[in-house]
Amino acid sequence: MNRQDLKSIILAEKMQEQNNKSKHKLCVCCGASCISSGSDEVLKKLQEEIKSRALDAKVEVIPTGCMGPCNQGPLIKFLPEYTIYQKVDCSNIKDIVESQLIDKKPIENILLFADSRPKPYIDAREDPYFKKQMKIALKNCGHINPEKIEDYLVHDGYKALDKVLFQMSPEEVIAEIKQSRLRGRGGAGYPTGLKWETVYKYVSTEKYVICNGDEGDPGAFMDRSVLEGNPHLVLEGMVIAAYAVGANKGFAYIRGEYPLAIKRFELAIKQAKKLGVLGNQILGTAFSFDVEVRIGAGAFVCGEETALIASIEGKRGTPKPRPPFPAETGLWGKPTLINNVETFAAISPIINNGGEWYSDIGTPKSAGTKVFALAGKIKYSGLIEVPMGTTLREIVFDIGGGMQNGEEFKAAQTGGPSGGCIPSEYLDVKMDYESLINLGSIMGSGGLIVMDKSSDMVDVARYFMEFCMDESCGKCVPCRVGTKMMHDLLQKICINQGTKIDLERLEELAVYVKDCSLCGLGASAPNPLLSTLRHFRHEYENRIANSL
Amino acid sequence: MAKISVNVNNQQLEVDFGKTILEVCREHDIEILTMCHLKGLTDVGACRLCLVEIEGVNKLLSACTTKIAANMIIRTHTDRIKRYQRITSELFFAERNHVCSVCVANGKCDLQKLGYQTAMDHIRYPYLFPHCEVDTSHPWYVLDHNRCIMCTRCVRVCAEVEGAHNWNVMNRGYQVRIISDFDTPWGESETCTSCGKCVHACPTGAIWPKAIVQGQLEKKPAMITELVEKRKMCL
Repeated sequence: MNRQDLKSIILAEKMQEQNNKSKHKLCVCCGASCISSGSDEVLKKLQEEIKSRALDAKVEVIPTGCMGPCNQGPLIKFLPEYTIYQKVDCSNIKDIVESQLIDKKPIENILLFADSRPKPYIDAREDPYFKKQMKIALKNCGHINPEKIEDYLVHDGYKALDKVLFQMSPEEVIAEIKQSRLRGRGGAGYPTGLKWETVYKYVSTEKYVICNGDEGDPGAFMDRSVLEGNPHLVLEGMVIAAYAVGANKGFAYIRGEYPLAIKRFELAIKQAKKLGVLGNQILGTAFSFDVEVRIGAGAFVCGEETALIASIEGKRGTPKPRPPFPAETGLWGKPTLINNVETFAAISPIINNGGEWYSDIGTPKSAGTKVFALAGKIKYSGLIEVPMGTTLREIVFDIGGGMQNGEEFKAAQTGGPSGGCIPSEYLDVKMDYESLINLGSIMGSGGLIVMDKSSDMVDVARYFMEFCMDESCGKCVPCRVGTKMMHDLLQKICINQGTKIDLERLEELAVYVKDCSLCGLGASAPNPLLSTLRHFRHEYENRIANSL
Repeated sequence: MAKISVNVNNQQLEVDFGKTILEVCREHDIEILTMCHLKGLTDVGACRLCLVEIEGVNKLLSACTTKIAANMIIRTHTDRIKRYQRITSELFFAERNHVCSVCVANGKCDLQKLGYQTAMDHIRYPYLFPHCEVDTSHPWYVLDHNRCIMCTRCVRVCAEVEGAHNWNVMNRGYQVRIISDFDTPWGESETCTSCGKCVHACPTGAIWPKAIVQGQLEKKPAMITELVEKRKMCL
């Protein structure tokens, strides 16, 4: 299909959308979390109910991706009113349809956050939960049907690709990304534009683009939700990246634990090929790019880029020393661009709105927005997107609704097993790459676990160390043996048998493993230990003082 | 070949472009400790003994996998590196069951030598004492997991020099093990040619010929290096 054909399809879709403007939209969250609480049943029942009342002409039922407040699910949302109902089950569907669509009066006691706010909002956008957020990567997540490319097209889908292919040179695309100051959302925060430029500069007939969707941090589900909620956004980002760096083949490496994300992404690839925005001679130009899905088999270390590449090559997923970096010697020894799901999701908004627009959001060193997965002892756990530089306090107390059962906030864990804990005295820390590193934690991929006083910090460190010990690939000595030794020492302290010497050994090993490990997994494995030692040292010392 | 200038431990060297830090150091008699390196095989940077400090680089890099670049300033014997080498050595010994006095490789073992080189007078970490199998199913050779340090020299020599791909690695973390084929007894291997290269590549008493008794093991790792060099010349 060429450019003109696509344009006429988009026009037709947009006209249809215009005609349907008077129509109500009833979005049913079909993200993995809402499905697990029964939203697929709700969807089926709603469709039946609408049909039986012959409301088809007035209401369109749309299965969508994640809407955000996951622990309030299953969620349904009425547009254009933006009224969200929470914890919907098959028994109250009849009432909801009746009062919302026929009597035009919302049922107050099942509105979003009705059980925890003095007065719930009929327009959910007024709620502090949504008000403080800024959605770029998640913009259409929760509004559109992720399984329909037409829905994406209506919301400016593949517009950025069209712009890139017909109005911009690869150098201009890279300049735009550089100007946006976008940094890798996988955790390390490497400037994306610089990475693209590096791959672009290597001369090779074969180059690859890889999307890293092997999200493995415990408590993190940002990439899953983006892939499930708007797979075409990620795919479009990949195609643009391929055009910029000069690649013709790409892989999306998605972890096997995300069957829905895999299914939807594969469907997206199929639809995109049919429409000519992927595959041979994209939109009639000379540029061709194809994407294949590779499914991860459950090894955390495969999220590390060199291990991920080995895995795609069909080898055991073990990391390789860098340099050489994948930009030079990547997949099958060829220059390879590897970015995280969320990084790719930011690309088409940047192209559409300009790099300057994106760089104005956030803080001077960390531009744009970041998706966080709120979990733990927080009232509203789920998926949020905020501008960089939003304080932890705003995230936990304004958006997240504060602590469960009114308990006191003790610490927030960011960055999963590679990150650290932020204690309550730093609640006003701005969430950006540098500030978190200064506190001994990292931004990571966006997992944010909130803890109250029931969490024992030594045990938290032990838990993450156990995770790294089990997930170490076993290739290098510091990580293979060091994590096991540190875990055993932490275990000893946890069962009140630790000594002062154990603590000394622990600190020595932590620095050693950090400095000597081959890859990021080992190098960051001591972070939870080091950060809890920094902020909660007294808990270790109390345990040791009370040793049996 | 183009020459470039590098500085190693305050010594200015003119060296061939394209070499690794380890190659350059060995050529100039600068001692670098290694376990997983065997000249002729692909380097993997797994033992982390050859880590060096490079000015302007905030990480320690393994000398065996890092190529020299012009005007690199390298330090190989700082206190920090020596301290880390000693810890690595201790972790090797604590990880599995290395009892030199009853080992075939006693006196000829690279791991034992490493203990001396890092002045390891005692081990500060608890021994893990894992349960390890001894595979004696092969008619000529023995694989003793108690002595294995996971350097994967056997895996690489079998794949890269013999081309048999008999050896591989299974499991994760401290539970990794060398396996023959798909974890079958070595004696039942479909791929092993019984060439014995792994025996000579192994730096410890993990793989040894059955005819040998305690302390009598002779290994010839240089034979493998030579084999690779000779093959290159024949091309």
